[in-house]
Amino acid sequence: MDAIHTFLEVKDLKTRFHTPEGTVYAVNGVSFTLKEGETLAVVGESGCGKSVTMMSILRLISIPPGEIVSGEVTYRDRNLLKLSESEMEHVRGKEVAMIFQDPMTSLNPVLTVGRQLTETLRTHTNMDEEQSRQRAVTLLEWVGIPDAGKRLTDYPHQFSGGMRQRVMIAMALACTPSLLIADEPTTALDVTIQAQIIELVKKLKQDVGMAMIWITHDLGVVAGIADRVIVMYAGFIVEEAEVDDLYDSPLHPYTTALLQALPRADRRRDKNLKSIQGVPPNLLAEPRGCPFAPRCEFVKERCVNENPLLIETENRHKVACWVNVKTGALR
Amino acid sequence: MTPPLQHGTFPLQRWRMLLKRFGWALFTILFVVVLNFFLFRVLPGDPARQGIRDPRLTPETIQAIRVRFGLDKPIINCFESLNPVKVGSCGVNPLDTQFFIYVKNLLKGDLGQSFYYNRPVKDILGERLWNTILLIGAGQILAILIGVVFGLFAAWKARTAIDYAALISGLVAWSLPTFWLAIILLFWGTNHGLPIGGKATPGMSSYPFMQQMGDLLQHLFLPTLAYTIIYMGEYMLIMRSSLLDVLAEDYILAAKAKGLSAFQILKDHALKNSMLPLVTLIAINLGFTVGGAVQIETVFSWPGLGGAIFEAVGRKDYPLLQGGFLLIAISVILANFIADLTYSYLDPRVQAD
Ligand SMILES: Nc1ncnc2c1ncn2[C@@H]1O[C@H](COP(=O)(O)OP(=O)(O)OP(=O)(O)O)[C@@H](O)[C@H]1O
Ligand SMILES: [Mg+2]
Repeated sequence: MDAIHTFLEVKDLKTRFHTPEGTVYAVNGVSFTLKEGETLAVVGESGCGKSVTMMSILRLISIPPGEIVSGEVTYRDRNLLKLSESEMEHVRGKEVAMIFQDPMTSLNPVLTVGRQLTETLRTHTNMDEEQSRQRAVTLLEWVGIPDAGKRLTDYPHQFSGGMRQRVMIAMALACTPSLLIADEPTTALDVTIQAQIIELVKKLKQDVGMAMIWITHDLGVVAGIADRVIVMYAGFIVEEAEVDDLYDSPLHPYTTALLQALPRADRRRDKNLKSIQGVPPNLLAEPRGCPFAPRCEFVKERCVNENPLLIETENRHKVACWVNVKTGALR
Repeated sequence: MTPPLQHGTFPLQRWRMLLKRFGWALFTILFVVVLNFFLFRVLPGDPARQGIRDPRLTPETIQAIRVRFGLDKPIINCFESLNPVKVGSCGVNPLDTQFFIYVKNLLKGDLGQSFYYNRPVKDILGERLWNTILLIGAGQILAILIGVVFGLFAAWKARTAIDYAALISGLVAWSLPTFWLAIILLFWGTNHGLPIGGKATPGMSSYPFMQQMGDLLQHLFLPTLAYTIIYMGEYMLIMRSSLLDVLAEDYILAAKAKGLSAFQILKDHALKNSMLPLVTLIAINLGFTVGGAVQIETVFSWPGLGGAIFEAVGRKDYPLLQGGFLLIAISVILANFIADLTYSYLDPRVQAD
């Protein structure tokens, strides 16, 4: 069933926010594709537009102040940006599910966990109360919540952070979606819990056979999860590659800097650990030139005036940079 | 048997919390009962001479009045009176002091005899309370309904013309001076043939029941309208801002991501949470307005509790005042207790503290 249908293709997505301070150019022409069952990681500093990209795909951006200026999001041959709101409701939670960064605030504090779990099932399937309840217990057991049957009537505040994220995951997977978007699902958790959640999601992904987009600003966790990685900067994709390619031969100066900022077991601490120089970009101005130019050590005149397009250099390795970082010369 | 998912469990912890709140409410009522007694004994003047200002009263008659109202007894052991402070015998039978007679009568439901009306305070307050509840009940229900509906609507249509219109009228309604609004409505009512005073047209009591009710509703119209306008602005603004806060929460976004419709989100995820601030406000308003509709009652000569207390101040009718204060204090305390109950029902995070 390869390549006859597109599973997910995002083309030239642009999202802006019209705020009192001016227009925020949050996503500036993002394009990527995802195959059935594939896992894509999206990395980049805080504020580079990772969440806004994903929320635009699911049309979760509040309009106003947001605006999806242009783009196409083709999911199984339908352009999601053109669907009606009620058609979109059938996609959200049923075919494409999303989990969020903060499990402490993403569950409604005044509704029981069981209620919030069955609600998704009741909305998207024709299960009755008892069936959805059975299914909810199964789901909770599946994500590793002990005593699942008894916990249905508990409220979110009666769960720990890690357990709540498990509940969120159970909720997202309730209707066995074909795509799960996980927006930094471990950032708010303790390190040990983080590892558990990552393992859990990996296992569940195998069980369901779904595709996944995993957002993170930590390149360290990417290797164990993803097939491919997208690196974002200031609302642009600056590099895209298979995980191993990206680690072994990063092509964008920003990626290089990110990798150098990463503590690694095979390196002595403090020695080569660099943080990226300069300040993160201001998204309030219409982008002109390469957004990374002001912080780039390879910067050339051309970089300041012309924004490089994302081009494929080697096999499936794409980069948006005028400079060949290995030689230091212009491409 | 499977417990319903809707409300979750009602754990022991919450029962304990409610019991504790109830204990506090009782304690506060006891405190008010005691305070209420001494407050009126510290006030200046001889109550026996206040109600009846007749210079021809002989000392014998005054003494007879004092005996009649029990004012000849010592206040409490060791104190003959509190204003001026007169120390008395500590050995008197405590049951024969004013304080214990007051407590004993209270337990029997007897609030004493009004100086002015020469009728049991309980009866007067009873009638008046009923009238006030009629006015306030109607006014509050309307104000809450209108306020909540418009507040919800305004928040739902946030930052549109509808929202701004609702916001401005809410602010105006909230800031209108009660007395002024009541007078304006009074003039308006006069021009439109509405009854403008009292609760019934004289002679109505001989008419059939339905006609009496119609007459009552007509009399109720203007004061209720005034009351509704004054309170709905507040409810509307609170409801609006509360719902806007809730709609900005992460769990609303998460609910949307689950594929719930806008209506489902509003109904199941936003409404209950956004009602929380309102519950407190309603309780406080209800508690206080039992005695606080004075201005409206005065303008429309509505025979309510506020008016009775207002008049009793002028007449130095201490027993009536004392009973009225007690009633108001207990209403406030009970309203707060009910708010606690509702709150703990709405918000499962409320636990024993
Ligand atoms: N509702 C909004 N109004 C205005 N600006 C917004 C809004 N939502 C996002 N932005 C802006 O869009 C830009 C991208 O935000 P986004 O949340 O996508 O960043 P991110 O890459 O997910 O960062 P993080 O790692 O912190 O989650 C940011 O500059 C942010 O300030
Ligand atoms: Mg984000």
